[in-house]
Amino acid sequence: MLCDSCRERDAVVHLTTIENNAVHQLHLCERCAAERGVETTVAAPKHPLGEFLQAVHEQVASGANDAVRCSFCNSTMADFRATGRWGCARCYTNFEAGIRELLRRVHGNSRHTGRVYHPPMTETMERAAVLGELKDRLRRAIESEQFELAADLRDRIRVLE
Amino acid sequence: MTVDLSLLPDGGVGWLDASGQYADIVLSTRIRLARNVDGYAFTARARDGERLRVLAQVREAVTGVPGLHDAVLYRLDELPPTARALLHERHLVSKELAGLDGQHPLRSGAAVFLADGLGVMVNEEDHLRLQALRSGFALQEAFAAVDKLDRELGARVPYSYHNEFGFLTACPTNVGTGMRGSVLIHLPGLVLTKEIGKVLASLQQMGLTYRGLYGEGSEVVGNFFQISNQTTLGRSEEDLLDQLLRVVGHVVEREAEARRVLLRDAGYIIEDKLWRAYGTLRYARSLTFDEAMNYLSGVRLAVGLKLISSLSVYTLNKLLIFSQAAHLAYAEGRALTESETNLARARYVRKALEEEAGSVG
Repeated sequence: MLCDSCRERDAVVHLTTIENNAVHQLHLCERCAAERGVETTVAAPKHPLGEFLQAVHEQVASGANDAVRCSFCNSTMADFRATGRWGCARCYTNFEAGIRELLRRVHGNSRHTGRVYHPPMTETMERAAVLGELKDRLRRAIESEQFELAADLRDRIRVLE
Repeated sequence: MTVDLSLLPDGGVGWLDASGQYADIVLSTRIRLARNVDGYAFTARARDGERLRVLAQVREAVTGVPGLHDAVLYRLDELPPTARALLHERHLVSKELAGLDGQHPLRSGAAVFLADGLGVMVNEEDHLRLQALRSGFALQEAFAAVDKLDRELGARVPYSYHNEFGFLTACPTNVGTGMRGSVLIHLPGLVLTKEIGKVLASLQQMGLTYRGLYGEGSEVVGNFFQISNQTTLGRSEEDLLDQLLRVVGHVVEREAEARRVLLRDAGYIIEDKLWRAYGTLRYARSLTFDEAMNYLSGVRLAVGLKLISSLSVYTLNKLLIFSQAAHLAYAEGRALTESETNLARARYVRKALEEEAGSVG
């Protein structure tokens, strides 16, 4: 049942009021209920992940889905249920439908409205990644007293910088 | 290998200085952003080599970030348990990153960059946990600092980001903004007046949550609560912070009111109780951690109520951190058994109070 007020989220608070001898029933989601100052005597279960997983499992993760593996990290929905964690960023695309439903239940919403991010240009990134790795190898070369290798690495770093 | 804390300009605990707003009620404000580096599996799923590459990539990027170019790097994966515990007790790394939570092994590539009030944990549950820590109630200031760091770092390291879901994180409870703002607050007044249950229940209705002194999974001791936002998706960073700001502001007022009520209705009982707490800390020969926390809570309240005037909040803050097991062992220069720890704790607390005792009362 959807919330009578926002028509977006599930109604979890069912409010019965009597006004002028008429009974009114109002079904509200937690947030709208809170906004109206309605205190729930029995607190709605407060997002223990397990319950969501159960719900999501019932709705989207049938046995067939369990066989689907993330193309990047090889995780399955079963892995997620066991750990409560996704394996990689690609999981969000591979299990998108299930994730959208899960996020709605966890956050009451599945659309990010915060800061928009644009990743840096690939070229800069690759250079930074290579540089980082070279510097790390340089450090290890010096630590293990492989000075010839270190000199070579230092030259390569200098070129990139 | 041991950890050299003198590398940190303020020992990493500048946030203890009690300089912030409402410092006698609010200890500190922390804002953290969860980010992942694109192109790698998330930390728990990544291979050792991948985690090391993440660290190398971040390390390179950090040199170009203004707030971090002087940052100290601690490789948790190269430190012994005592040194990791020390960093954890200072709130500089999480228990998980320190490999001390009993659930996650210490990971290769687990590291932290620390600079003045800023930190970047690498290979925590997410590749990156950026955080800003401030004294007192300072949400906007902490956010400004961590947001700046995030923009600088995000321009050098590609984050995993999805147009619909926002910043992608290992746990679905962090996705979206990846932001968790937490305020560490001392609420003895509300506990003593038994109002605390109502306050905590209303927090949950406002989309906020609370935890103990050390965040997720930690118990509430010494009447210290960490209040933070529960939701990270579907609302902007500013909205989430604004909500936290308003609600915590309200909780601070309720606490102040509870303290006034206590003094008015039960003045001498409270005064007696708090002086007894002070007396125990001042003269006890053995103190467990929980005991110390509870008595420190009492003394802190006494200072807040101006019953004890010559003890500073700064000293009390320091006692919270430095009377913990790893810090005591560090100060003694050797490993301590539990009973030795309790003796050392009582000795440490006694000495600290003696030094400020001059005109107490």
